[in-house]
Amino acid sequence: MIEYLFDFHGYGPSIFKGAIITIEVGFLSLILALLLGLLGASAKLSNNPVSRGVGTLYTTIIRGVPDLVLMMLIYFGGQVLINNFTDWLFVQFEIDIFINIDQFVAGVIAIGFIFGAYMTETFRGAFLAVDKGQIEAGYAYGMSKWQVFTRVMFPQMMRHALPGLGNNWLVMLKTTALVSVIGLADMVRLATEASKAVHQPFKFFIPVVLVYLALTTVSEWFIKTMERRYSTGVVKG
Amino acid sequence: MTEVAPLVVKDVHKKFNELEVLKGVSLQAQKGDVISLIGSSGSGKSTFLRCINLLEIPTSGEIEVHGEQIKFMTTRKGERKPADNRQVEKMRSRLSMVFQSFNLWSHMTVLDNVIEAPINVLGISKKEAMERAESYLQKVGIWERRNYYPAQMSGGQQQRAAIARALAMEPDVMLFDEPTSALDPELVGEVLKVMRSLAEEGRTMIVVTHEMAFAKDVSGHVMFLHQGRIEEEGPPSKVFENPDSERVRQFLAPKY
Repeated sequence: MIEYLFDFHGYGPSIFKGAIITIEVGFLSLILALLLGLLGASAKLSNNPVSRGVGTLYTTIIRGVPDLVLMMLIYFGGQVLINNFTDWLFVQFEIDIFINIDQFVAGVIAIGFIFGAYMTETFRGAFLAVDKGQIEAGYAYGMSKWQVFTRVMFPQMMRHALPGLGNNWLVMLKTTALVSVIGLADMVRLATEASKAVHQPFKFFIPVVLVYLALTTVSEWFIKTMERRYSTGVVKG
Repeated sequence: MTEVAPLVVKDVHKKFNELEVLKGVSLQAQKGDVISLIGSSGSGKSTFLRCINLLEIPTSGEIEVHGEQIKFMTTRKGERKPADNRQVEKMRSRLSMVFQSFNLWSHMTVLDNVIEAPINVLGISKKEAMERAESYLQKVGIWERRNYYPAQMSGGQQQRAAIARALAMEPDVMLFDEPTSALDPELVGEVLKVMRSLAEEGRTMIVVTHEMAFAKDVSGHVMFLHQGRIEEEGPPSKVFENPDSERVRQFLAPKY
C-alpha cells in the first residue's frame, strides 16, 4: 500500500522540479509586484496629474481583465510586438537579432504585472492610513523626503499593508498555476502530463495540493511574524 | 557688534486658494525671548507658526534664521516653494517644533524618538545622542519611561517626551503649537511647568497658546492675532492690563 502511494512511475523528480519552478515564479513575481505596487501607489498619490492618470489606468485595466487573458496577451502579444520591433531594426539598421520570449520570463512578468496592480491598491490604502502628524514631525525635525519615507512612513505603512499584502501573496502563489497554459513546466503542468500518461489523477494532484498547502501555511506563519514585528508600539484596545 | 537675531520673520502672507489667512505678520526673536501668540481660533496663529518652519509655505514674506534668509523660487504654475531643500532641512533642524497632538513617532520607544533626529539629521554619534536623551528625559521627568511606546503613556507624559525630543536637537528656537490644547485639565500643569523652566533657562521660544496665565506670567512679549493681522502686541503687562484694542479687551474679558 505504502509502496503504491509513493510509486510515481518515474515522474517524481520531474514534479519536484516543477515545484521548484512554481516557487521561483512565485518569489520573482512577488518582488516585481511589490516594486510595481510601491511605484503605482506613489503614482496614484502623487500631485502630478500625469502620474496619477498612469497609475489609475494601470490599476483599472489590470484589475478589470481576467488574469488568464492578460497572461496570454503578454506572452503571445508580447512576442508579436518584439518581432515587429526586431523586423523594424533589421529594415532600418540591418541589425539582425531574434528575441524569443522565454515562458519563464513571460510568466514572471505577467504575474508580477497583474499583482502589482493589487499591491498598488494595498499600499495606497496603507499610505493613506499613516497619520499625517507623524510625517509632519519628520519634516519638522529636518528629515529629508527619503528619511521621512524610510524612517517613519514605511515602517508605519507596513502595519496597515501587511494583512492585504499577505492576502495578495496567497492568491498570487496560486495564480502561478496559470503559467502552465503558456507552456511553462511548473508543478501543475507536469502533474497534468503525468496523470494523463498514467491515468491516475489523484496520485499526481494530491502531492500538488500538499505542496501548495505547505507553501501557503509557511507563508501565513511568516506574515503573522511580520505583522507582529510591524505592530510594535500599538496598544490593542 | 550686536548679536544676530536667531529668528526674524518679515511680513508673512498666506493664502489658501482665495482665503487669505495671514495678511502680513512679522516677528523678531532675540536670544532668550519667550513670545506668546494668542487670539481666537482661526485668527491665523497656528498657521503663522507653521509658516516659520515651512510646514506651510508663505505666499509672500521672508524668514531669516541667524541672519540666513530662506531662498524661495516660483514654479511654472506660479506657486512659491523653497529653492533649496537642503537649506530648509538645515533650518528646520535649528527650530524644533512641539505639536498640539504630540506626534511622537508611534513605532518607536520614547528613547528612540529622542535620539532619532539628532543621529539621523544632526549626525551626532549614538553615544552622544544617548547622553543628550538621558539629560533631557531626566529634565522633563520621563527617563524612567524611556522604553515605553507613546501609546502606553498619558497625554501629559507624551507631550513632555515630545519636549525632550525637541530639546535633544539643541535648537536655536523652539516652536510650540498649542502644546496643552489636547490635554485634559489635570495634565496641563505638568507640561506648563516644564515649559516655564525652559523659559527660565533662557531658551528662545515661540508659543501659540490658549493658556492666558502662561502667556501673562512667562512670556516677555505677547502678540494678539485677529483675522490674520497683529491686532496688538507688546509686553504682557500692556496687552493684558491695558490693551488699546477693543477686540483684545473683549477676548480677555471674563466670560461668565
